Amino acid sequence: MNQPLIELHNITKVYGSGDSTVNALNNVSISVAAGELVAIMGASGSGKSSLLAIAGGLDRPTSGTGQIAGVELFTRSSERIAKLRRQTIGYVFQDFNLIPALTVMQNVALPLELDGLPASKARAEALVALTTMGIETLVKRFPDEISGGQRQRVAIARSFVGPRRVILADEPTGALDSRTGEAVIRALRERIDGGAAGILVTHDAKNAAWADRILLLKDGEITSETKTVRRAEELLSND
Amino acid sequence: MSIKHSLLAILTLGDCHGYQLRTELISRTSDSYSINIGQIYATLERLERDGLVAASDANEDGQIRYSITESGRGEAAEWLTAPVEHSAAQRDELAMKLALAVTLPGVDVDAMLTSQRLASLQALQNLTTVKQQTDERNPAELAWILVIDSQIFAVEAQLRWLDHVGGLLNRAAARGLSTQTDIQPNPAKRGRPAKASQK
Ligand SMILES: Nc1ncnc2c1ncn2[C@@H]1O[C@H](COP(=O)(O)OP(=O)(O)OP(=O)(O)O)[C@@H](O)[C@H]1O
Ligand SMILES: [Mg+2]
Repeated sequence: MNQPLIELHNITKVYGSGDSTVNALNNVSISVAAGELVAIMGASGSGKSSLLAIAGGLDRPTSGTGQIAGVELFTRSSERIAKLRRQTIGYVFQDFNLIPALTVMQNVALPLELDGLPASKARAEALVALTTMGIETLVKRFPDEISGGQRQRVAIARSFVGPRRVILADEPTGALDSRTGEAVIRALRERIDGGAAGILVTHDAKNAAWADRILLLKDGEITSETKTVRRAEELLSND
Repeated sequence: MSIKHSLLAILTLGDCHGYQLRTELISRTSDSYSINIGQIYATLERLERDGLVAASDANEDGQIRYSITESGRGEAAEWLTAPVEHSAAQRDELAMKLALAVTLPGVDVDAMLTSQRLASLQALQNLTTVKQQTDERNPAELAWILVIDSQIFAVEAQLRWLDHVGGLLNRAAARGLSTQTDIQPNPAKRGRPAKASQK
């Protein structure tokens, strides 16, 4: 059987302790197969980023289990998780999370270089990802020398670089105009159709609609889900 | 959508037969609305009456060619450049339904909002699968993309409005305000309604 690339079971996340606790996630389960894109929508504070951080191995849940590409997330050593994050997971942070001291090119090539790829090869791959995002001319600039929307696209290019099979994107079009945002989501969709699995957190329903499923999160719980009917021909031929 | 003006706009490109106009209109607007040949001829008759097009004599096949007149050209240009007005009078079924629902006891407006939100999301997903198969580098598909996009943006606007309504009602509920109202007593039978206050 084809195991899902992303699997989360009964994830609960409580922040803080004592009388100042926040129940950010309550018993959430998600599984995403290769070729599948799942969008998560929900009001601010509903737990979207918390869920994504746990899926990406950046944070541990209070309880629950998870696997990425078959690798156990919360029981393995942190080296094992770090390797997963270098090789398999592309993560787009809500606040971009670029390294200010590195150029655009270096930021995008970094995960590959850390993984032992020769610099020239890492750069060639980085250039491909940057070109997909339409920002290949910015390679020599530093993050504080480009616009917010350009920074966002650098962050997406970094998540796409190399053979990443799991893309986790937190509001990846928040700083982009509608046209550019759509181009980014189209690129994400193509990546998924090529065999990756993805979770897309977004406030923009137009973007969420590119997903195969949309999960609505409310107060840390999935309250509903809609599925795409992938039968465009049927929709087109109503006369 | 003004059929009259659409036909004039096409006639600025050259003379056409009635059926030709129909084909052009449908392909240029991606068949976004259905129109029959009867409507086309009825519109052409009115355009001729108003001096906006001129009709040739019928040829041996009985076909009539229509050409645009100078004033027709002016009319077409004016229509193309004028913004489309938003008519506040246009009744939005959903807005009416919700406005009514919030005044009725025992109606779960939250559930209404949720089911509408899901239906709209689903519609958006379906439109997007259609859009995904388009190629904007292909000029022949541009008209089609334009039409789908306009529907996508309209549904998206509706979804944002639904979120907005949800927030509005939550805040009202948090303030302990009830929007439910009973039927008002029958006003005076004759004449104008009594003035609310008189000094
Ligand atoms: N490190 C933290 N410590 C304590 N509480 C936190 C922490 N991170 C998040 N929270 C709380 O957990 C809840 C969920 O936060 P989360 O960032 O997941 O929301 P979100 O859905 O991503 O919101 P947004 O749309 O604004 O990005 C919020 O109430 C938030 O205040
Ligand atoms: Mg967030």
